[in-house]
Order: sequence, then C-alpha cells, then structure tokens
Amino acid sequence: MSELKTPPSGGAKAAAATADYLDQRTGVGNAVKFFARKVFPDHWSFFLGEIALYSFVTLLISGVFLTLFFVPSMSEVTYPTEGVWATMRGVEMSEAFSSTLRLSFEVRGGLLMRQIHHWAALVFMAAIVVHMMRVFFTGAFRKPREINWVVGFVLLILGLAAGFSGYSLPDDVLSGNGLRITDGVIKAIPIIGSYMSYFVFGGEFPGHDLIPRLFTVHILLVPGLILALIGLHLFLMVMHKHTQYPGSGRKNTNVVGYPAVPVYAGKLLFNFFVVFGVIALMAGTMTINPVWNYGPYDPSPVSAGAQPDWYMLFLEGALRLMPGATEVMIGPYTLSLNVIIPAMIVPGILFTALAAYPFLEAFATGDKSEHHVLDRPRNRPFRTAFGVALLVAFFILVLAGSNDLIATHFHLSINDITWTFRVFLFLGPWIAFVVTKRICLGLQRKDRELVLHGHETGRIVRFASGEYIEVHKPLDAHERWLRVQHEAVRPLEIEPAEDSRGVRRKGYKADRMRQRLSQLFYEDRVEPVTPAEVAAAHGHDEHDEQHTAIEGHGQPAGVGASAHGAEPDGETAPDGRNS
Amino acid sequence: MSTHDPHSDVVVHGEGELPDRFDDPGLHEHKPRQADVDPKVAKRVERQVLFLFTLSILGTIGVVWAYFALPPGETPDSMRTSNVVLGVCLALSLLGIGIGGNHYIKVLMSNREYVEERHEQRSSDETREIAVQMLKDGAQDSGLSRRGALVGAGLTALALFPLAIVVPLIGNVGEDWNVRKFKHTMWKKGTRLATDPQGRPIKASDVTIGDVWHVIPDGLNELEHGKLDEKAKAIVLLVRLDPRDLKSDQSPAGETWGYDGIVAYSKVCTHVGCPVALYEQQTHHLLCPCHQSTFDVADACKVVFGPAKRPLPQLPITVDDEGYLVAQSDFHEPVGPSFWERATK
Ligand code: HEM
Ligand code: FES
Repeated sequence: MSELKTPPSGGAKAAAATADYLDQRTGVGNAVKFFARKVFPDHWSFFLGEIALYSFVTLLISGVFLTLFFVPSMSEVTYPTEGVWATMRGVEMSEAFSSTLRLSFEVRGGLLMRQIHHWAALVFMAAIVVHMMRVFFTGAFRKPREINWVVGFVLLILGLAAGFSGYSLPDDVLSGNGLRITDGVIKAIPIIGSYMSYFVFGGEFPGHDLIPRLFTVHILLVPGLILALIGLHLFLMVMHKHTQYPGSGRKNTNVVGYPAVPVYAGKLLFNFFVVFGVIALMAGTMTINPVWNYGPYDPSPVSAGAQPDWYMLFLEGALRLMPGATEVMIGPYTLSLNVIIPAMIVPGILFTALAAYPFLEAFATGDKSEHHVLDRPRNRPFRTAFGVALLVAFFILVLAGSNDLIATHFHLSINDITWTFRVFLFLGPWIAFVVTKRICLGLQRKDRELVLHGHETGRIVRFASGEYIEVHKPLDAHERWLRVQHEAVRPLEIEPAEDSRGVRRKGYKADRMRQRLSQLFYEDRVEPVTPAEVAAAHGHDEHDEQHTAIEGHGQPAGVGASAHGAEPDGETAPDGRNS
Repeated sequence: MSTHDPHSDVVVHGEGELPDRFDDPGLHEHKPRQADVDPKVAKRVERQVLFLFTLSILGTIGVVWAYFALPPGETPDSMRTSNVVLGVCLALSLLGIGIGGNHYIKVLMSNREYVEERHEQRSSDETREIAVQMLKDGAQDSGLSRRGALVGAGLTALALFPLAIVVPLIGNVGEDWNVRKFKHTMWKKGTRLATDPQGRPIKASDVTIGDVWHVIPDGLNELEHGKLDEKAKAIVLLVRLDPRDLKSDQSPAGETWGYDGIVAYSKVCTHVGCPVALYEQQTHHLLCPCHQSTFDVADACKVVFGPAKRPLPQLPITVDDEGYLVAQSDFHEPVGPSFWERATK
C-alpha cells in the first residue's frame, strides 16, 4: 500500500489523539490487544447468564430511581384525606408505605419504575436459576471452573437476600406478614432464637428499626456484594475462556467462536437493550405487587391466597408440609423441629448438595484434568438424573407453597393435597432419578444405533434371496463425531486390599468407599461406538471400503477448511450391502 | 487409582488397523448466508434495521411526550393509561435498539468463526519455582521467622481488633435485649375487649351465637409508643358458640375462662405467628391462612391439622358490672410462635 492518499478525517485524527493520550498514561493498548479479538463461543444457552446480568443492571437503574423517592421509615403517618388514592384516605400507615403510594401515584413514571424493578427482580432470579441449570447439566462446573461455580452459588444466595429485603420494604400487609413469618422462624432457633429476633428487629416485632435496616441491606450491602462477585465471576470466565459445546473442530485445547470486536461486544450491548426492553414491556402492561390494594402493615388482618415471590415459595411449601407433632420439649425448653427442619435443615440440604456437587463428582470420577468441552446431558446419566431429582424436590416444595390455591382451584381438600405432597417429597425425587437415568441411557443407545446403522430412510428393498430390508443412510462425519466424541467414564479401580505378601494395606477402606461412590455414578453406562464396531456392523465383505472411509476423516481440519469426508458415502443397508 | 483423560484428543491406535476412537472431522465448512451473496437481501435487511432504530427514536420521543402530556392524574384509569403508554414507549425505545442491532449482527456482520488456542490454567514449573523463591526472599527480608513472640502478639492484636467494632454493634442492635417481653401482652385484669380496628368496647349481649369478632384490648389505639408491637401480641379472636357445642370452657386448672359460650383466643398462630383469621362456622375450625394450621375452637383450640403443635392460648374473660366483656388476666402462657425459653418461668 502506498502512503495515505486522502488525509484522515477530523474525527479519525481526534480519535487517534485521544487513544494516544490514554495509551501513554494507561497502556490501554495492551488491554485492547488482549481483548479486541478474543474468541467467545456462541450458543443460545450462554445467553441465560447474560439475562441475569442485564436484569441486574436494570435493577440498579430502576433501584436508584426508587431510592430518590422512597422513605425508609416506620414512623406513623396518616394518609391525607385529600390523597389521590381514595381507599387509603385517613388510614394510618408507615412513611415507607405512604412514600410507596406516592411513588406509585404521584411521581410521574414512578409506578413504571416500581414495576420494572419488581419484574426485573423476578426475571433476575429466574435467569440465575436457569443459568445454573445449564451449567450443571452440561458439566461446565468441572475443573478449572469449580471456584466459579461457588461464586455463582453465592450470587444465587445473595439474589435471594436482595429479593427478600426489597420485597419487605414497602411495608404493606403482605410483606409484613412475610416478615412476621421470618420472625417466627428466627425465634425457633435453639437457645439464641429470642436474642436473634431482637438482633434483627431491634426489639420486639415489628419495632421501628426493621425497614431502615432492610433498606441498608437492600441498597448497599447486598448489591455491593453482588456487583463485586459479578466482577469476579466474569473475570474468571474470561480467564478460563468460555466452554464450548461438543462438535466438529471443538476441542479441549481450543476455543471456537466469534471475536469480541465486533460480534461478541455487539451482542452484549444489544442484548442488554432486549432484556431491559422486555422487562419494560412487562412493567408497562402487567401489574405487579399492587400494594395499594393490600393496605399498610397491620398485625391483625391477613387474606387467604397470599403468595410470596416465586423464589421464596419453596420455603413456604416446606413450612406447610411439616407436621406439627415434631415440636418437642427438652426439659423446660422448647425445640421447634416443626419449624427448624423445613426452614433451615431442608433448604440447608438442598443448597449444600448444590454447592458441593462439583467436588463430589470430581471425587467420584477421580478426575484431575481440565474440561472445556461441555457434556451432552445424556452422556452423564448420574449427574443428569441427580440434577433432575433436586429440581423435582424443589418443584414439589414450590407447589406445596401454593397448596391453598391448588385446593380452591381444583376443589380438593387441603389435607389431602398436603398429604400427597408429603409423600411425593420423598418419592418424587427417587422416581425422577430412576426415570431420568433410564432416558439418558436410552438416548445414548439410540446414538449408538444411529452411528452403527445410520438413519432410517423408510425405503424398503427386496433382495434376490427374497429378503426385505430397509435402506439406511450412514451419518456424515460431523453427525457421527457429535455422538462418539465423549468418553464413557468408568468407575474407579483401586488397589487390592492386600499386597503380594498378604499384608493389609492402609487406607483401603477409604479407597473402597470412594470406589463405591464411583460405582454409584458410573456403573451403568453406554460406551461410545468405536471405528471397529462400525466396521463390524457393516460386515466383512465391505470391510476394506468402510475402513478407508473411517480413516479418511483422520486429519483435524483447520479454520473453515472443507470438512472432507462429511458427505455421506452413499446409502448403505445395515449389513453393508449397497442398495 | 486409575486416572484418565476423558477428552483427550490423542487417538490411541489399538492392535488392529482401526483406531480405538474416531477422529474429529474438523470445523464445518463456512457457508455464506443469503445476505452475503445477494445484495438485494442485504439491502432489505439494512432497511429493516433502519426501521427498528427509527422505531426506537420514536419510542424515546413517545416517553418524553407521555411524561408531559399524560400525568398519572387522580383516577385509577388515568394512572393506568400513563403507566401503559410510558411502559410501551420505553419498551419500543429499548427493543428498537436491541432487536435492530442484533438483527444487523446476525445477518450482515461477518459470521466467520475463529479458533483460539487454550492453555492450561496452571503456571509453568519454572514460574512456580520463581514465585516460591520470591516469597521465601520476602519472608527472609521481613525477619519475622526469628521473632516468634512478635508474630504471636501481632496476630492476637489483629484477631482481637474486630471486637472493638462488633461489641458496640451487637450491644446496640437489639436495643434493651429484654426478651422477657415475649411473655407478656397488654391484657390485664379488667381490660375491656374492644373491636378491631375501631376500639369500641364489646358488650356480651352484642355477641350472638355463631359470631366471630376481631378484638383488641381497649386503650390500644390510644397508646403513644409501640402500638404495633403491642397489637402484634394482643390480637384476639372472640367466638360465641352454642354452650352445648363447647367441649369445655374451663382452663386446665378448672377455672371458668369463657362466658356463656363466649370464648377468646389469641389470634397469633403458634406455628410462626401469622394472624389466624379464617373461621368456619359449621366445624368451629379456625384456619391459619399462612400454612393451614387448623384449630378447633370447640375443643380449646387444639391443633387438628397442619404444622403448628400447640393450641392457641386462651384469654380468660368475663363481664364487668356494665355488661362489657373484660379480661380476667393476661394470657397464661406466651402467645405466638415457639421459642426456646417459652415454657420457662
Ligand atoms: C440486587 C438485586 C435486587 C433485587 C433482587 C431487588 C428486589 C426488590 C424488590 C422485589 C422490591 C419490592 C418492589 C415493589 O415494591 O414491588 C424492591 C424494592 C426496592 N428496591 Fe430493590 N432489588 C435489587 C436491587 C436494588 C438496588 C441496587 C437498589 C438501589 C440502589 C434498590 C432499591 C430499591 C428500593 C428503594 C425499593 C423500595 C421501593 C418500593 O418498593 O417502591 N434495589 N427491590
Ligand atoms: S403461621 Fe399459622 S400455620 Fe404457619
């Protein structure tokens, strides 16, 4: 290229000067060089975490708007007799509630912001949960990403805390009852429960401190922590480079996808507008948390059919299912197992299982290597079944949290429903486990079948011998690779209990337990098809031809290289005879 | 123990001529999209993106217009309209940008895939060695290894220092820490039963069989401080049953706690504290709407179903000279949810 023919435009000059100024002071060039063309794999399911991120940004934006008008105070005021909302005139309420009314009715756009904030909170929690499911079922939590799984888990808990503290701020009768339930749960804690209740409420329930305290938690502590952990989460994501789904050319040693500039960055930017836009549409058209219908908090009234936000329903459901008989006395002291078990132990078990799973699986697998290619859920039957079982348990608790609505809707007795759920809470996860595992193994067998015998074409051919046979079309190399690329993990093998001289080895028992765990995970498995099996399936007479076909796919191709061998090698009957 | 490398890309050749594993066929061939080969399609997509961006601009104008032209007003309808118009315009403003941009990226921006190498996370042995040596040098320079007592004192100081923050915090945060308040309510001998929320005293003669009254102590509404705290504990449900239906209006000790079929029970659920507010006349059952604990009013409010264990505490009542219902005393046990020292003196 010759020297510039046209002098650079004024804009380009200014940009170059700014870049130079910045680079001389920050070395930003290095960062640009590192990031600009970094490759990010793409898949719709990678969007789930993004939805969580963008709904959080939406929460920040709408939340800041709300803070400017919301008054976090429990001081009593009387709604003015000339106030805009007729049913509340003359009613005593806290300043928090009256400022929420003002936000809803008098601040222009305030109602929209409140509804954006609340819908965004629901979307945020849903996105976190579904994102977590994606990570779980594809095994994205495996080494080196275990720490990031834990970071994500903490984000889930912080999300629950954010939602809970925010939900309670308007100080309406619904959320106030939620707080009262919280107080009851806190009081059930053995020995220190009463003091914990004083700690939280600054005295007796409801007191005068709670809303200001929750406000600080809600707009400072929790969002601050979430922000910091999102930073860490994304930093680790970039450092590890994103995982990719299995497929031709996607290896454990590479990452295939689009460059940060322009594609990935562009998508990041525009997806934010999509998420915010969808939430704005929801907020404009669907009423949420109409606190003006509920009224201010008063300890006396309560209405049936009141529901907390969806992410709290599982706790509510657990509380409903627990029979009261489990409250016991230890001497003069009361131990409320009827509250402690559902409100602390059950969620404790669910959450610990979730947080610890990556470590448990790595232990059972005896696996120390890095994994950057995702699993197809069917290829990990135990994990998939375990995840589905946890989800089923969670789902039953959520349903139990709505048992009164189910009862009135379907005209059933609430006692019967409660008993059904009690039974299902124990049976459901087991059934789900067994069924899911079978489905996974079945799908794997189907994959084998496809690789060995090809697609059915529905065409029937008659041979000279009079035999009828359906024509099968073999998979192309890409289709086949997807179905054979994985490794069927086998249970761990351990050294024998006694060495050659018959001396019992130390540590055998621990090893044996680990092996048992490993067998639980991997005893039932379907191995991927090997070239030899394909060759055998195609019969001996065609052996040579098949062989060359298989070996023909040997060389890994470079970028965008033509995928040789990707074309079907003609239609073949299952026994290898060309039709 | 066996270790294996599940995603090894190395193809191990077995004894025969066939490999043990299939080989990766390599990336798919890059296929041009319609818009890459047909300028007409590309032009059309450009127009679509242009349209979406324009829509966004109109949406923003719409928000500003609605802000001024459609105030929420005084009626539910005007508030709704304001909210819907603002929300839909804002959504247009955002979705126009979002969908337009994504459409452009998907259809017109280069969709060539790139491949980048991955490297193991761990640092090289050499780096590790240098790092360890650096730390050793640093430790050496600090001179701490020779001064054990100093280190001990320093660590102790560090460990204790948070107390200087935590003690005042914990000390204050529970105000007076007088948890005995859980055991008393404002009901006293002679306190009249009054209607909730008006605070009008109730005459026994006003209560007919089958009636349910939501009750607060007379004088609650006049409290200057802690009205809600007191109310949270003192709320009562008053029911008049046909005396023949009542299994007993006697206290466990044999005193008479009801009055002519009228009985009063704490309205605070013994499960986790919701107001137990749903009364079913036929069965005399009281249902807590929160977790469906069900109490039998005819039988001392014992639990017939649900997660609560204990009956609702009964408020002993009688009538005064003027015929008003009054409390004989406070409740004889703490109301509401269980807590560890509930049953202690
Ligand atoms: C971290 C994620 C967050 C979640 C899950 C969340 C959730 C919630 C929820 C469910 C409400 C009740 C809204 C309603 O009235 O219906 C709420 C209220 C509120 N939030 Fe958030 N929030 C989050 C972050 C924030 C942030 C960052 C701020 C401010 C900087 C904020 C400020 C507020 C305020 C002032 C209210 C009370 C206003 C009102 O209820 O009208 N929130 N939040
Ligand atoms: S609070 Fe009444 S049943 Fe739970």
